[in-house]
Amino acid sequence: MDQSNIAIELIDVDKHFGAVYANDKVNLSVKTGTIHGIVGENGAGKSTLMSILYGFYQADSGRIKVFDKDFISTNSRQSIEAGIGMVHQHFMLVENFTVLENVILGSEDGALISESLDKARIELTRLAQEYGLEVELDVAVEELSVGMQQRVEILKGLYKGAKVLILDEPTGVLTPQESDELFRIFEALKKQGVTIILITHKLREIMSITDYVSVMRAGKMVAHRQTSETNPEELAELMIGRKVLLNIVRTEAKSGDPLLVANNLEIHNEQGIKRVSEVSFEARSGEILGIAGVTGNGQGTLLKALAGILPLSKGSIEILGETISPKRPLNPQELRNLGVAHVPEDRQRMGIISDFSASESALLGYQNDKEINQGVWLKRSLVKANCESIMEAFDVRPTNPDLKSSNFSGGNQQKLILAREFERDPEVLIIGQPTRGIDIGAIEFIRKRIIKMRDAGKAIILISVELEEIMSISDRIIVMCDGEITGTVDAAKADEATLGMMMANALPSDKKITEAQL
Amino acid sequence: MTRDRRLSWINGLLLPLFNVLTAFLATGIVFLLIGVDPIEATKILIYGALGYDEGLGYTLYYATNFVFTGLAVAVAFHAGLFNIGGEGQAYVGGLGIALVALYINPALSAWIVIPLAISGGLLFGALWAIIPAYLQAYRGSHIVITTIMFNFLASALMVYMLVHVLREVGNMTPESTNFPDVVWLPFVHDVFAGFGYNIAKSPLNLSILVALFFSFLVWFFLWHTRWGFAIRATGKSNDAAIYGGINPKKIIIVTMCISGALAGLVGVNELIGVQHRLFLNFNYGYGFGGIAVALMGRNHPVGILIAAFLFGILYQGGAELDFELQNVSRDIVVVMQGLVILFCGGLEYLYRPVLMRFLAPIEASE
Repeated sequence: MDQSNIAIELIDVDKHFGAVYANDKVNLSVKTGTIHGIVGENGAGKSTLMSILYGFYQADSGRIKVFDKDFISTNSRQSIEAGIGMVHQHFMLVENFTVLENVILGSEDGALISESLDKARIELTRLAQEYGLEVELDVAVEELSVGMQQRVEILKGLYKGAKVLILDEPTGVLTPQESDELFRIFEALKKQGVTIILITHKLREIMSITDYVSVMRAGKMVAHRQTSETNPEELAELMIGRKVLLNIVRTEAKSGDPLLVANNLEIHNEQGIKRVSEVSFEARSGEILGIAGVTGNGQGTLLKALAGILPLSKGSIEILGETISPKRPLNPQELRNLGVAHVPEDRQRMGIISDFSASESALLGYQNDKEINQGVWLKRSLVKANCESIMEAFDVRPTNPDLKSSNFSGGNQQKLILAREFERDPEVLIIGQPTRGIDIGAIEFIRKRIIKMRDAGKAIILISVELEEIMSISDRIIVMCDGEITGTVDAAKADEATLGMMMANALPSDKKITEAQL
Repeated sequence: MTRDRRLSWINGLLLPLFNVLTAFLATGIVFLLIGVDPIEATKILIYGALGYDEGLGYTLYYATNFVFTGLAVAVAFHAGLFNIGGEGQAYVGGLGIALVALYINPALSAWIVIPLAISGGLLFGALWAIIPAYLQAYRGSHIVITTIMFNFLASALMVYMLVHVLREVGNMTPESTNFPDVVWLPFVHDVFAGFGYNIAKSPLNLSILVALFFSFLVWFFLWHTRWGFAIRATGKSNDAAIYGGINPKKIIIVTMCISGALAGLVGVNELIGVQHRLFLNFNYGYGFGGIAVALMGRNHPVGILIAAFLFGILYQGGAELDFELQNVSRDIVVVMQGLVILFCGGLEYLYRPVLMRFLAPIEASE
């Protein structure tokens, strides 16, 4: 007996941590059987709100109704019982368990595991048919692709009877193809009456998949829109409270001499698997060379080799007058001294040290600099002053060198890394995923800074999973597929369709040659 | 006060304090179970450890050993390595000290001989740690396993050395001859007597200054040199260290050498400070005690000094309990040590939720 068709209703929900209001009188109503997007910058309070629904936090005040019943959740079990399922950004799966074992985890009934497994197998087969969520049930989760793992998470929710699925940044880890596949699943779920709440900061996704969208800013719900009646510009403006330039205006590149020349590289990754072969290119001063490709096609491995983290198996790199070869490797320290800066792809694990203070994270890679070392003594006051000045230069907030690195938002962490790498005036910059997972305001800032370095005559190599990013700031684009270069394109002449074909290595061979000659 | 500052107070001071108090409370219950009045026992323990010159001297003498092994464990810990081999490294370090003390020209000045003997301890301690370090860095054998095995190897080696090499002909006990006087570190009571103050005799000797010196050195090294930075970076994030141009394999070797060297200093206190000869099992228990001390002192030299002092109190006070009370044996110290490890190490964050709840209203009012 549905009096209304509202799946979830939040009325004046408040939640604060200390003096900070993470959620300030938030109102939201989500209609049953719709896809409802929630957008906002990092730190806008989206994740806190969803954690309240999932029972990780309790609201300080306000009312929550789930399917017209008053709802207070103190742990995830109660939320699951109320029909709420959550797919976290970082999957909650036991890697060496099979899919089936993962799905029943937490809902095993009876002492014998085999009974539950048999029951689950039947149920999952039904669910898979109904929603088009085919996954092999007896494969260990670690052997599945990221997209497949995400399906397992969705299946887990559905198996536990979820009627509302909350997905937190679900496409952050997916390739474009996997994202499309996910959206197809969303449509199938919607047809079966499942309500989906999609938390994201990618406006393109909001526009293409959702029915309704709510915008959060600084803990407040600032707008609700029907997706068909809004546009990305309006949403972006609502998100950050002012107009943003999504397309950055930039001048023509004045490219000069090649500063980095890669000849016929072959590189194996940490596990000894060949990921890059026969790769040759050059990066010129005053130019941004974008490297496009679906995640996992060797770009990351190439980036690490260019930065001296992985050795070459074949080929050579001529870089600022030095030659790196399999017989003569240079380590990251030597490359830095040469004038090569590296912004790593994995910000959390490589770029900073979460437990260190900001000033110590800002020292990483430059700990042997003469200016801050007096004999054996590492002068901490200088380290701190230096950190403070680069924080100001890159608008890192809060400007507190003593704050733990993990207490900065993703965007500010990334700005700190860029500040560290850019402020020492390198000649060659190797940049991986400069704007992954950070908010629009910071994206704009970071892209402008990269272009500024280009205009100062640096050679920049940029790797990004965002094709839009590659296209909007690179001057030349090379496309990698399966460890090889499948095309080189002048950015001005590039279009998404051609690049997409190159990324899949599906371009007719004669056309590939012409494009490559550009 | 900022939230960060408050959290560091909670983590740095209140939690360890509550943990230690809980350990003592649990010890009190043990006393009740064996029919001893805990308050009476506490009085004896405190008086025995701190109440008079001699007791205090013993307490500080025990504490000196714990400072060395505590620092050893802490340094390794900052690089993400769990060095369980302090026991063996201390033992073999003692061999290094003894070799210098026994074979050096006794006519040389103490200002040359003593530093050389200390260097012998540092060197042999480091050597005993370098093999497990190499196996961890380049062969992937886990450092916990190899350092434990090296403790046993150290025992076997030392028995062999003492029985077949260093034992005086005709001596029935496996021990070396006495070291020449020149290598003896002065006792604190002798030093005081030299200035005209008479204090009771105790084994406390100038090694305690060596311990303080190395505590300062470790603090400076870890937080105020680029090598310390590299060690801590490796301990927190291997990937970030590699990115920063640090070679984690080298860090493992270097850190373990430093760790082993520090453990090797136990012999400075025991051998050239007190016993003036090399004998079996002089290191007994200090290597493992060092793990507890480092845990309790949160791997910071200041914390280690405090924790080592507490362990000194337990050792000396425990001996006093054994002496004073009939149904208490010296093993009560081991029980207390175990409880301290349990509450400071295993249940480190036991009180955190409670303290955080207590903190919430203060934060809300701000």
